[in-house]
Amino acid sequence: MERTPASIIQNYGQSLGLLLGGCGLLGLITPALVVEQPLPWTLGFSLFLMTAGVMLYSLSLYRGRLPGIKNNDVWIHPLTSRGWAGWLLASGLTVFYILIYFYPQHLGYHPEGNTGIVGLFDPLSVTLNGKPATQWFVYGLLYTLAIVVFGVKFIMKYQGQRYQIIRTLVLMFFQLGFAFFIPELLALLHPDTPYFAKDIKNMWPLNYYFFDQWHLKNMLNGGRLGLFFFLSGLAMTFLVSPFLTYRYGKRWYCSWVCGCGALAETAGDPFRQLSSKKISVWKLERWSIHVVLVLVVLSTISVIWSFLRKASPSAIINAEQFIFGVIGLLVVMLLILLFAFKNEMRTDARFTLISLGLLLLGLLLVRGWSGENNILFFSSYSFTKWYGFFIGAIFSGVLGVGFYPLLGSRVWCRFGCPMAAILGLQQRLFSRFRITTNGGQCISCGNCSAYCEMGIDVRAYAQRGQNIVRSSCVGCGICATVCPRGVLKLENGTISNRSITPSYPLGNTIDKQ
Amino acid sequence: MNNASTAPIIIIGNGIAGTTFARHFRKKSNHPLLLISDENESFFSRTALMYVFMGHLRWNDLEPYEDRFWADNQIGRIKGRVTEIMSTEQKIVLKDGQALPYKKLVLATGSIPRDMGLKGENSQGVFRLYHKQDLEALDRWCKGKKKSVIVGGGLIGVELAEMLRSRKMEVTYLVRESHFWANALCVEEAQLIANHLSDHQVDLRFNCTLKAIETDRNGELSGCTTQDDQHLECDTMGITIGVRPNVDFLKNAGLNIDKGVVVDEYLTTNIPHIYAIGDCAQIAHPLPHRNAIEAVWYAGRMMGETLAETLTNSPTPYRPGHWFNSAKFFDIEYQTYGEILPLPTKNEAHFLWQSPQENKSLRFAYEKDSKIFKGVSSLGLRLRHEVFDQWLEEKITMTSLLEQLEKANFDPEFSRRYEKQISAKWKEHPHQ
Repeated sequence: MERTPASIIQNYGQSLGLLLGGCGLLGLITPALVVEQPLPWTLGFSLFLMTAGVMLYSLSLYRGRLPGIKNNDVWIHPLTSRGWAGWLLASGLTVFYILIYFYPQHLGYHPEGNTGIVGLFDPLSVTLNGKPATQWFVYGLLYTLAIVVFGVKFIMKYQGQRYQIIRTLVLMFFQLGFAFFIPELLALLHPDTPYFAKDIKNMWPLNYYFFDQWHLKNMLNGGRLGLFFFLSGLAMTFLVSPFLTYRYGKRWYCSWVCGCGALAETAGDPFRQLSSKKISVWKLERWSIHVVLVLVVLSTISVIWSFLRKASPSAIINAEQFIFGVIGLLVVMLLILLFAFKNEMRTDARFTLISLGLLLLGLLLVRGWSGENNILFFSSYSFTKWYGFFIGAIFSGVLGVGFYPLLGSRVWCRFGCPMAAILGLQQRLFSRFRITTNGGQCISCGNCSAYCEMGIDVRAYAQRGQNIVRSSCVGCGICATVCPRGVLKLENGTISNRSITPSYPLGNTIDKQ
Repeated sequence: MNNASTAPIIIIGNGIAGTTFARHFRKKSNHPLLLISDENESFFSRTALMYVFMGHLRWNDLEPYEDRFWADNQIGRIKGRVTEIMSTEQKIVLKDGQALPYKKLVLATGSIPRDMGLKGENSQGVFRLYHKQDLEALDRWCKGKKKSVIVGGGLIGVELAEMLRSRKMEVTYLVRESHFWANALCVEEAQLIANHLSDHQVDLRFNCTLKAIETDRNGELSGCTTQDDQHLECDTMGITIGVRPNVDFLKNAGLNIDKGVVVDEYLTTNIPHIYAIGDCAQIAHPLPHRNAIEAVWYAGRMMGETLAETLTNSPTPYRPGHWFNSAKFFDIEYQTYGEILPLPTKNEAHFLWQSPQENKSLRFAYEKDSKIFKGVSSLGLRLRHEVFDQWLEEKITMTSLLEQLEKANFDPEFSRRYEKQISAKWKEHPHQ
């Protein structure tokens, strides 16, 4: 069935909102490009117009509407159904990302004195952190602003849904406070604080350079503060984060705290239905996420190994002990998996097994072939550079956010994020979290699957009355929100009853006869 | 007849009943299967047609199985219409004249909308909402249309009202009874739904039926007149006064047909090798808590599951468990478990809790003397099927149920909880 595309605006409020926001955007770009010395209030005014535009647009969409699901015309609107507006937005965002990552000078970033757009942000940057702006300051500010204003829009859209509202407020809080203001203020108050102490996301592999030589050295030579960050980083990685995932699933991070998640859940919410639900894409996802996992673990362990090789002989652990320790640990994990999950080998666990096997092989190779400045056959420098290029810029930036209107809002989280991969592994293996189904009541309508941003075919489980225990589920809860029959519920229960696969959904008595 | 043992099992109709049968049959047997449907190549969720109209979903999203599923499971599919059943030859005939032999024949032909018997009810602009083709026609028609009338106070009517309101059309909704969905809802709940429909600008008129449908010179709908001689101008009309089994084309096959195809508890018809499941089946001796014809998704699914057992060498009678159902009226979800009638019988009593501000209510039916719980229905609250099923099975009392009511809560985390209010209300409840 083909429907003619809806017009992009439905009422005057929306038109005015779009106009205001557009003027704000123009106000940001044009004076910066055309005028040598833009007026000092240009930035504030532009940001205000953009905020006001989004607010007005949202208000005219949702004000006075009854609480309920607001997905009318989602697959008809040119912005949310890969229509012309979607392509236009994706192109604009992609250009922005390419400029930020590769040609910041065209945005006006010059270490000797900013001009253009980056120059516009100088006064604000000096006020906040005492230094002129960089392209990353510009990016961080716009990113945070987007989360806040689209967060407000999200809350209006999902009025009455307390899980969604509380979760979004927490996401906004973490982004605004922990990811934006606190780091900026720390930089302002203690300009000579070592780098590690300014970076609050102190958890590997989110902070993928946590174990890098310079970072480790800085922390270990950084006195008490350094030791605190080193130990708290280890605790976050190996104790706190697995424990939280055990209690609540990986959602505690991915859809309650994470900045990437925050943007996906707010600005990305109108695009969540664009993620592919095909089985072939699920296969691609599993390959991709496990490759990322193997690469990240392997490179981290090689970095620690080469660090330890140069450490003094009195260190508590030497390089050989370390690498064989890790190998031993992996073998134990492999054996546990083989025995505990032998019934589930056909699905996720098989990928984990292959990954672990590859890791073991890789580690032995690392031990034999890596030196101080190289990981296997690559120099550590170029490895970091290429990782930054492919993963940092192309994957998480252009594909991850730029392509929101084409591939959905969680491409990075689904295919590329090492943190999500590790939390997902923990979620799949030992978490109390699951989505419980009232399978009897399922009418196979497909709303849950369509609006799953991670591309999980939720309906396939729900209609069989099977609980959903998937490593990729970020626990956003939208499947349960859009379900018209109250079939889905996110829950933390006991592990023993989490994977229920009944022969029949509830209602029939065949199994009781 | 010689090749009957190698001939496929033919299923007429690929709805929830036919498809569920095929899926479960395939789990236990490799015998060839052939699904025939004239409506759509693949199984789709009929109950979700409205979401395509409103733009929440694309057509493909209604189909739970990708194309490869049918090939992977070796379930053959034919798009075509069956016109005749030759039961002695064990063959069916398609509209194009092709005759196909079957080993077993499963009738899963579903329902068709009821007609009103009024002149003009098939003119342009008058719609039913049942088939994919109904949806397509309605979608084409609605462009630029402004005023609509819906007849029939049931679930499909309210879906249609929501669909038309999503395109900003005016909706006048005529209900024959004195309150909404009178054969399932009690007055209080029906009133709550009626208020909600008004909030969505649906002009609801009770005790109101249609007398005449008017058309213009081109045969297009132009208006209608109600029983009390009110004239309503409209360019679109939906007739949603219920469905009946789709069995007309089976009339000459020698089958025992009453309202539906009459089947015994093994879902077999009076003719050997022919079975009927889903909406088109009429159970000869239904269980005391179930009806002979149950045109609901869930019953179709369970009959499909049951027949698949029977036809894979483990004969199983159709014994559905405790009744359950669900629906959604615009923004208000409805669920029910067990037996709860619009008016309690003389041995029964009801206990109703309603939220003072929100569109939420919970009603229990129980036996007056023993206080044994018999059924529950909710608006705006999600209930855990498993728990209520168990409580019905264990025949617990209302007092014991309300003490552990939180076990049955299925609302999302952080939702407001009402167990305390409900228990407090029960303590003041006169009949307890």
